Amino acid sequence: MRYITRVATCCAVVAGMVGFTAGSWAQEVKSATIDAIKKRGELICGVDTGIPGFAFQDSAGKWAGLDISYCRALATAVLGSADKVKFIGTTSKVRFSVLQSGEIDVLIRDSTLTLTRNTELGLATGANNFFTGEAFMVKKALNVAHAKELNGATICVLTGTTLELNIADYGRANNIKINTLLFERPEEAFAAAEAGRCDGYTDDGGSVAAARSSMKNPDDWVILPELISREFLGSYTRQGDERWNILVRWTHMAMLEAEVLGITQANVDEIKKTATNPEVRGFLGLEENFGKKLGVDNDWAYRIVKEVGNYGENYDKYFGPLKLPRGWNDLYTKGGLQYPLPWR
Amino acid sequence: MVRRPSRRAYVAQWLLLAGVVALGWLLADMVAENYARKNLHFGFGFLADQAHFDIPFHLISWDLFDTYARTLLVCFLNTALVAALAIVTASLLGLLVGVMRLSVNWLVRNIALAFIEFVRNTPQLVQLIFWYVGVLQTLPSPRNSIHLPGGVLLNIRGLYVPDAVMRADGGIFSWLALAVLTATPFVWRLRIGSLRIGPRALFLPLLALILFAAGIDHIEYPALSGFNLAGGTQVPPELAALWVGLSIYATAFIAEIVRGSIEAIAKGQHEAASALGLKGWQRLFLVVLPQALRIMVPQLTSQYLNIIKSTTLGAAVAYPELMQIFAGTVMQQAAKEVETMVTVMAIFVAVNLAGSGLMNWYNRRVTLVER
Repeated sequence: MRYITRVATCCAVVAGMVGFTAGSWAQEVKSATIDAIKKRGELICGVDTGIPGFAFQDSAGKWAGLDISYCRALATAVLGSADKVKFIGTTSKVRFSVLQSGEIDVLIRDSTLTLTRNTELGLATGANNFFTGEAFMVKKALNVAHAKELNGATICVLTGTTLELNIADYGRANNIKINTLLFERPEEAFAAAEAGRCDGYTDDGGSVAAARSSMKNPDDWVILPELISREFLGSYTRQGDERWNILVRWTHMAMLEAEVLGITQANVDEIKKTATNPEVRGFLGLEENFGKKLGVDNDWAYRIVKEVGNYGENYDKYFGPLKLPRGWNDLYTKGGLQYPLPWR
Repeated sequence: MVRRPSRRAYVAQWLLLAGVVALGWLLADMVAENYARKNLHFGFGFLADQAHFDIPFHLISWDLFDTYARTLLVCFLNTALVAALAIVTASLLGLLVGVMRLSVNWLVRNIALAFIEFVRNTPQLVQLIFWYVGVLQTLPSPRNSIHLPGGVLLNIRGLYVPDAVMRADGGIFSWLALAVLTATPFVWRLRIGSLRIGPRALFLPLLALILFAAGIDHIEYPALSGFNLAGGTQVPPELAALWVGLSIYATAFIAEIVRGSIEAIAKGQHEAASALGLKGWQRLFLVVLPQALRIMVPQLTSQYLNIIKSTTLGAAVAYPELMQIFAGTVMQQAAKEVETMVTVMAIFVAVNLAGSGLMNWYNRRVTLVER
């Protein structure tokens, strides 16, 4: 009897060890952030406090916008449901501290990807999901047609942004003086522009279009044609978790790849049933192991398209109403700058 | 263990101090470890870097190529300016409203009461936004400025006051004027033989004014030019909103301190002053207030320190002070979060300790010397 017990124990231990090793073989990808998200059952996503196009709440308090779609796509990839996200609204001033302190898993908050943020702030660049530049919006009544005519004008700006530096550089390069007035929150800056305290408002192209849409009479305002800087916006993660960063980047690639392949939220089920093209079959997880390699299951890209849609669909949904043409954000095949890296 | 109580207390105090030091060291160590983990490094070297951004309002010259250290100085002066303006205004208004509270006139008394209760019981931030958005942003555009006497213009961009442009050699006259002005109080106390100069010294400020005027080349009046007004000195609405907001709020509290201190003076003092034949205002200013001042000083100190700290609310009305620019723009552009916050906190601690030290010194000077 004692002998049997001993043998059984030995077997159990060996089985356990084999099982453990097998388990760690299966789970090749190690990421502290992904593990934490799975354990929590929820992705915590840092977003803008409220700007049309990127991240805003509807009258029912439900979040929507391009950045929000990225959060939802990530939750779909890791947790299997686009609704398992908690959104944290962050101001331009505190956004990076909130990410550094670990309060959020990822920051997708129309933030410009810059050298200083990469180095001094110790942040890892995720995906570059929006190409724009700094634009100006001024009252039509001022009869200004170009940014170079803004000599002596006062412009409302948000503090703690790359915009402050661009404006100063632009003035210097063109030998003009543009006065700035610095605000902490967009609402107050909009109000000051509306009241006439400033001659205009400046922000990234997308945000200026959003600002115009929130003016009492949007037709009184004109967006000047010049973009005075590159503002290539995207997501940030903390350094030290490369695999999580890779998943964030490839979630963006998945949304672009879907558009390149012509897969939309509406036709994804149909295409999955009938697909013969190897690229499409690989993308949807019918062949290859792309999902496994990233640390999620092979269905992930299918789920993203099914629940969130492709890049173009989201752009049209959130920037269409702001009358902001795709421009740089069109696919590389159509003269834009957005391209998915090869799925190989 | 240690028998003698005095020695025991000594040991306990040293142990407590050691505990506090250890806790501080632990905290510093934790910050250092977190910094290392996030690939960040702590240091103030960034202060020598160029700022490359514009500061909307500055008392000393400001250029895009100036360093972050100068940014700190510019912001500090902006903070100091609004704090000083608000402290002076709140003290004068507080004295007025406090005395009004004790008026025999029902209307005057109750207007003061209503003002105090309304101001004390609404949040300061709400009041600031009210002054900025509700009052100052309803002013007309620069093209439709309100013309005030003396060439002063008022519009949504601020109050524009004519500027005196000095002649090339005008500087010497200004310095002379300043010297004459500084000398006035000393001359006042001077005696020539048995003759006290006293109020006769008041001809000196007049002389200073004439000297200053002698150095003026011409007066520059503000006029419309392009988008804004050019010429003259601009008082931006952000400064005005913060100044008014801080002053009005503190006035309500100071008025109550003034009222309480006056009421604390024994009734016999009023009666004695009346018996000497002093009139109402004389009683107040010559007998009651000088004594009430002693009681007021410690409480006024804490109000003044509150005003200094509340200047950080300027960030809400776009006034470029320490919190808005240094712990905002610089913090972001230089990516030095802990460093900028520590600097701003250290500055406020230093200013407030100096302020309360000054008030304590004044308090000791005016306290009743009891023998």
